[in-house]
Amino acid sequence: MLHIVACIKQVPDTKIIKMNPKTNTMDRASAPAILNPYDAHAVEEAVRLKKKYGGTVSVLTMGPPPAVKAIKKCIELGADEGYMISDRAFAGADTLATSYALTKALEKIAKHQPIDLVICGKMTIDGDTGQVGPGIARRLNIPPLTGVKKVVEINKEKGYAIVQRKLEDGYEVVKSTLPCLFTVEKEINDISFAPLPNMIKAARYQPTIWTADDLENVDRKQLGLKGSPTIVSKVWAPPKPEGGQLLEGTAQEQVNKLLSIIFEKKELFQ
Amino acid sequence: MNFDDYRGIWVYLEVKDGKIAPVSLELLGAGRKLADKRGTELAGVLIGSNVKPLASTAFVYGADVVYVYDDPIFEHYRTEPYMRALHDCCQKHKPEVLLYGATPTGKDLASAIATDLPTGLTADTTMLDIEEDTGLLLASRPAFGGNIMATILCKKYRPQMATVRPKVMKALSPQPNRTGKIVEEHISLREEEMRTKVLEVVRETTKKVRIDEADIVVAGGKGMGSKEGFQLIHQLADALGGAVGASRDVVEAGWIDHHHQVGQTGVTVTPKIYFAIGISGAIQHVVGMQNSELIIAINKDPNAPIFQSCHYGIVGDALEIVPLLIERIKEELPNIKTASKLKEEIHHA
Ligand SMILES: Cc1cc2nc3c(=O)[nH]c(=O)nc-3n(C[C@H](O)[C@H](O)[C@H](O)COP(=O)(O)OP(=O)(O)OC[C@H]3O[C@@H](n4cnc5c(N)ncnc54)[C@H](O)[C@@H]3O)c2cc1C
Ligand SMILES: Nc1ncnc2c1ncn2[C@@H]1O[C@H](COP(=O)(O)O)[C@@H](O)[C@H]1O
Repeated sequence: MLHIVACIKQVPDTKIIKMNPKTNTMDRASAPAILNPYDAHAVEEAVRLKKKYGGTVSVLTMGPPPAVKAIKKCIELGADEGYMISDRAFAGADTLATSYALTKALEKIAKHQPIDLVICGKMTIDGDTGQVGPGIARRLNIPPLTGVKKVVEINKEKGYAIVQRKLEDGYEVVKSTLPCLFTVEKEINDISFAPLPNMIKAARYQPTIWTADDLENVDRKQLGLKGSPTIVSKVWAPPKPEGGQLLEGTAQEQVNKLLSIIFEKKELFQ
Repeated sequence: MNFDDYRGIWVYLEVKDGKIAPVSLELLGAGRKLADKRGTELAGVLIGSNVKPLASTAFVYGADVVYVYDDPIFEHYRTEPYMRALHDCCQKHKPEVLLYGATPTGKDLASAIATDLPTGLTADTTMLDIEEDTGLLLASRPAFGGNIMATILCKKYRPQMATVRPKVMKALSPQPNRTGKIVEEHISLREEEMRTKVLEVVRETTKKVRIDEADIVVAGGKGMGSKEGFQLIHQLADALGGAVGASRDVVEAGWIDHHHQVGQTGVTVTPKIYFAIGISGAIQHVVGMQNSELIIAINKDPNAPIFQSCHYGIVGDALEIVPLLIERIKEELPNIKTASKLKEEIHHA
């Protein structure tokens, strides 16, 4: 029986977010909070592996109280248990402090039920770094396998996993000892529709919520803003491009003008 | 932590197909400027199997020193052995700045080692600068889906680390006579202790031309209407001898695979000519192509943002314009080719 934990985050939908042009900050109210799209694939994969090999899927998030909604979404997708760590002490965390807090929570979950596999998304659409997953793996001292696009085999008895890792021009097949950590690509699966019983379970579900005090052996200096080596010093709007010249005339004339512009770069067409 | 102990700008030299990856050469170019501003040396770290001969390339592109870890255990990139080597090097020689290409490998390595050092790491940087007196690295990157730019600092830890997007920085022009110092390093790692093994590497050769290497990229968007309409993009690329690019929405619609996606969550390209056809010009797309030499947009909406980011634009229906364009190119191109060939012959005669 496998115990898989997916790390998930609630994020503002950056596709429709509005920026306050004066302060260059996000108007969070303008964007609905969603489950980070890559993390939905992480949960989906965990649930598929559970169906194939048997086991339990837990999800873990660090975030403010409303992030319970993202956990409920994961229950809909088929996760069994949800854990959330939520505390002002965690606020302002960069990737290093985030991976620290999440690792402390994973250690606590593992006491209860040892973990075979941790799955993270490739990246979050607000933090956008892809650094938290490998950070957790280092802290737990388990191998990080980033960019997983297919899980070939998991063998708990023999203690190994085989996956395909995406590269720039193809992929590689890697074998790792268990436990290990995957970060997954979107192409790893298609999200299934949530079956009705999951929806009902999700509606009623209440995750386990821990504060910093509930975690064990926590070094408070490593949490939140205090534990974050990186700081954002300045934000600004990207410079507005000036715009180009529109070609005029009939379609045929426009095409002719365009061709003469292109063919000026003679070296490309010899 | 005494900051004065940390000196030098470093670049992790990624090896790809037996060569130093282009992004690492770009970073040597960017790193050279930082090192000169700080009056310090520029070093590269080279890890791999039979990689020592590559050090000379790094010198030609601006490095003063190259630290080499050459051992069969490094045959394939794997997080664990590479991280241990690089970590060893950082502890011995203490760089103030360490840069990586934001490639799958560079990101993997940087994220792992940041945790162990520990230090701050800025992802997907597109602008780099350094404060001359304090040595503080100013790493800027697009944030929140490209809606804003943010400058990120790491004041209290060394080294300061960043992954940098390929194709954003410029490599120096090579100086064939330039040399530097090779420092050979060793770390004892045993294969039996490694927890991962690469069983197979599969190259997918479906892409005719890699879009990040092509001189001409013809990219199409949702404006092509359908997968069938999108075939015009392929035809135009074929006629020009270029590669096919796409917007994310096209990839999500399943018209073409993700390798072709240009933009923030796709590839960054800087071809000599970039066509954006039926692409609206969302910021996340534009960040991936804005440094192209010549950008041509075709869109039926005169207010499409893409016209802000192009050099020349045609307002019109792509389904009408592109076939005309293909037809005219097929007529003209042979003439141009013979003309340049003739010129060459005259030149040689
Ligand atoms: C976090 C994040 C990351 C993202 N990363 C990327 C990325 O890497 N790359 C990327 O491309 N996008 C990315 N996006 C998506 C991006 O915001 C846009 O949604 C996307 O680029 C739009 O694709 P499009 O221009 O093809 O489609 P649309 O926005 O639908 O635009 C279609 C255009 O075609 C024009 N058109 C329609 N019919 C015709 C016709 N017959 N002839 C000519 N023109 C016509 C229309 O006027 C319109 O301008 C990202 C978004 C987010 C939030
Ligand atoms: N606050 C968080 N809570 C739980 N998981 C997180 C959190 N932040 C990041 N992650 C995980 O780490 C991955 C990479 O995030 P990032 O480094 O922010 O791009 C995400 O896809 C999640 O799986």
